Amino acid sequence: MASPDPGPGGLGELSGLPLQAVREAALGRAAALGCSHAEVRVERIRSQFVALRDGHVETTVDDTEIGVGLRVVRRGSIGFAATVDVHADAAARLADDAVRLADDTSVALGTALSLADEPRHAGAQWTSPYGVDPTTVPLADKVALLEDWSRRLLAAPSVDHVAARVLAVVEDKHYADLSGTVTTQRRVRIYPLVEAVGVDGASGTFESMRTLAPPVGRGWEYTAGQGWDWDAELDELPSLLAEKMAAPSVQAGTYDLVIDPSNLWLTIHESVGHATELDRALGYEAAYAGTSFATFDQLGTLRYGSPVMHVVGDRTTPHGLASVGYDDEGVAAQSFDIVRDGVLVGYQLDRRMAAENGFDRSNGCAFADSPLHVPIQRMANVSLQPAPGPGPSTADLISAMGNGIYIVGDKSWSIDMQRYNFQFTGQRFYRVEGGRLAGQVRDVAYQAQTTEFWGSLEAVGGESTYVLGGAFNCGKGQPGQVAPVSHGCPSVLLRAIRVLNAREETAR
Amino acid sequence: MSRLATPQETVERALAASRADGCAVLVEELSQAEVRFANNTTTTNGVRRDRRVAVVSFRLLSGSGPTATAVGAGPTAVGVASASGAVDVENLVRASEAEAALAEPAEDAAPLVTPGEGSRSGDASPGGAGSRPGEAGGAGSRPGEAGGAGSRPGEARGAGFDDGPALTGASVLSGVVSGLAEAFGRARSTGDLLSGFATHGVASTYLGTSTGLRRLHVQPAGTFELVARSADGARSVWSGAGTASFDDVDVHAFEEQVRRRLAWARHQIELPAGRYEVLLPPDATADLMVALSEAMSGRDAEEGRSPFSAMGGGTRIGERLCELPFGLRGDPAEPGLESAPFLATAASGTDVSVFDNGLPVGATNWIEGGHLRRLRYHRAGAGRAGVPASPPVGNLVLGLPGADATLDEMVAGTERGLLLTCLWYIREVDPVTLLLTGLTRDGVYLVEHGEVVGAVNNFRFNESPLDVLARTVEAGRTERALSREWGEWMNRTAMPALRVADFNMSSVSPAT
Repeated sequence: MASPDPGPGGLGELSGLPLQAVREAALGRAAALGCSHAEVRVERIRSQFVALRDGHVETTVDDTEIGVGLRVVRRGSIGFAATVDVHADAAARLADDAVRLADDTSVALGTALSLADEPRHAGAQWTSPYGVDPTTVPLADKVALLEDWSRRLLAAPSVDHVAARVLAVVEDKHYADLSGTVTTQRRVRIYPLVEAVGVDGASGTFESMRTLAPPVGRGWEYTAGQGWDWDAELDELPSLLAEKMAAPSVQAGTYDLVIDPSNLWLTIHESVGHATELDRALGYEAAYAGTSFATFDQLGTLRYGSPVMHVVGDRTTPHGLASVGYDDEGVAAQSFDIVRDGVLVGYQLDRRMAAENGFDRSNGCAFADSPLHVPIQRMANVSLQPAPGPGPSTADLISAMGNGIYIVGDKSWSIDMQRYNFQFTGQRFYRVEGGRLAGQVRDVAYQAQTTEFWGSLEAVGGESTYVLGGAFNCGKGQPGQVAPVSHGCPSVLLRAIRVLNAREETAR
Repeated sequence: MSRLATPQETVERALAASRADGCAVLVEELSQAEVRFANNTTTTNGVRRDRRVAVVSFRLLSGSGPTATAVGAGPTAVGVASASGAVDVENLVRASEAEAALAEPAEDAAPLVTPGEGSRSGDASPGGAGSRPGEAGGAGSRPGEAGGAGSRPGEARGAGFDDGPALTGASVLSGVVSGLAEAFGRARSTGDLLSGFATHGVASTYLGTSTGLRRLHVQPAGTFELVARSADGARSVWSGAGTASFDDVDVHAFEEQVRRRLAWARHQIELPAGRYEVLLPPDATADLMVALSEAMSGRDAEEGRSPFSAMGGGTRIGERLCELPFGLRGDPAEPGLESAPFLATAASGTDVSVFDNGLPVGATNWIEGGHLRRLRYHRAGAGRAGVPASPPVGNLVLGLPGADATLDEMVAGTERGLLLTCLWYIREVDPVTLLLTGLTRDGVYLVEHGEVVGAVNNFRFNESPLDVLARTVEAGRTERALSREWGEWMNRTAMPALRVADFNMSSVSPAT
């Protein structure tokens, strides 16, 4: 969703900075030094975090990060330099530093870098859709809201402790490169979360239950109910927690599962999102995040899952955390298939991956989480598509399953470095008998290999079950960078998945 | 950076501008250089200069009585604002005061630290406190390296407050770059692929308070990591180390180590899931012990929501956790792992408080003689619990008194077991037992009759580090270790190799 005006003067919170002087100094110097490519970003990132513990403020952060980063390519070698000193003189020095670094490291350059072409986008502006800038809401108002939410939960006998917090970010970014692209963008996102804890002192155990409300690309209006029914969710948390604490422990074994979107988004993120990043598949993350079982030679042939599996990568979804107008290499946001009819048909790309592997153009997945970090290939909003037409409801899927477990909400997650073997837990688990919910069980962890899991996907729910989940904190790269990303999905029905009892895994 | 005010000027200007009842100012200057490489080529090379300024304003609340003369001694509200770059100090001070003006009394209030405060928080020797990610960063919301540095980029020290910030640069890595150029050439000839990361940073943390405290700590932090993969991707090995200066990083030595292990992996053995005797090298021990130390929140334990909560209420302090008399400690003066000898934080958390800025941090024995001795507490929480304040320390050391075996000697003493390299993607599964899951990565080897006989597939494990300590039957000598999982923010660890019985390998991972 494009907006004609990202803020006062068209530059949002960047309006007080010498943007033109900085970009001209940096790019002018880089061009004079013989760089084939140079891109400069000036950013201002405002982050606010408020955390309450049992209704009392524990942490507040109100931070403004500002800086300028310059990446150059000279004779195929990359240099990146960045500073918090947003000034033309400092920007010109960045060019000197970046070029020196590119030259000094060129002795170890094995493969000269090239970047796929991208049309010029001169003077483009884009703003994510939001109502109220959350950083303009006074801290006291944020605390008051979280206090109210906390008190409502603490009043319930099943709740011993409550954590309530909200993280809000406003990201203003000005980008320019040697090809003439100049973009200015604002992104707004917010993540409120409430967790209730019940303690059983006699048995020495405790359980928690937290809100399923996802982080979203919206403003403060999200907390008032636009996009989520907070009252309804808070009202049911104490009884859900009480039921969980009294629930029997699951018997480990093989179960059919219906997985709710509030849990499945994370499984998609780990087993599809990361696995289909082309830089990973080609070994560029081998030392840190890892590689991928979905190797490039299998593009177009790898049977990823059952024929009902259709996964799309995109950076255009309204309220999506990875949605942008233009990425951090000046590439316009796009939407593209990753898995169609269960077969791998696409990867997420940046300009380098595109150029090196025969693609005409990047699909716009470059991102840097800070002006002081270099852009790398990061995840688009990677989403599993619902069934066409009205499709089944979640109740329909549960009914079709017959016996099994219905899993809601994400919690623990872990997957291996080639994205084969994963293990997830959740917020709550319902035993399903004869197609009906038969009460909660606890200590459930499901474990599978990626293609076996998606191969056992029998049915996807319809549009009515579709929810856009996501996270603020997807990690990748060295030095580490965190990226916000959303994943939409319907409820799904899977057959014969291994379920562990987490408590039985310990020897304590 | 000359256009920016000096860190000292920034501190003094903020303190002078403050109209609050008390004020703490943190300025963190960060200088970093890195080289990243993969597929036998450099991929990204970067340098950066960061400056983060945080102002903490304290406001005594009315009605606190005539005897409440000191900030933090009575009900006190607090506000924090932070920013990077050419900060408008006046605006930042007013922003933090505006937050304090509307805030409720802080639960972590304690009298501000004064220059004469000699009582250290720790058990013995002088020491320092690092920041923990996500909870209490340096001067700003992003987790940073805690602490300061010296004129040499590799020297950690508590410098004089008037010293300028210490800098690093790409030249620190020049030896690595030339070493890599040669190593890439050899890898191309053998058909292997080298990947990895070399990074060096120096953080200079300046702290000034309205009580007259002026502190500077200079903290260097570097890591070198090398991964070698066979061209077909069937074999993969890792070696890494933390370093303060890169003087001690010899790329060729790392290369030799990964080549030795690649050779071990020529013979591949498939083993099923199950419980195995394992040898955790010091790096893998660090992966588990850092996670253990993160869980050592005093308040969580008191509230019955921690593996350190006692049955029926209270904490497990004093309880024996394992048969072997392990010691787990942090010490800012630990040789080679020096960290900040005072607390510097821009954000309060469950066990860390902005009121404690400047608190001297000493050696802290978290576990001693196999008994739980300490949990993390800020001063206010410690006062309520009747225990000593225990801020986080910027390093972690596990040791078993008298243990001096090398890993090679422990391999030689193994009848049948799995030798691991490092652990990966470690996440908490059950906070009640501290059950963690994760993967073995870049090297699992079968040892029989004292010798490595081949490489084994990877596994997903489900284990609690508390169970691991309890089931350890032998430990080696403590040596510097780099946690693959947590090393980016907990770079300074020293650990022994552990021989653990019945390690729970829950399933096979086909990943290499």
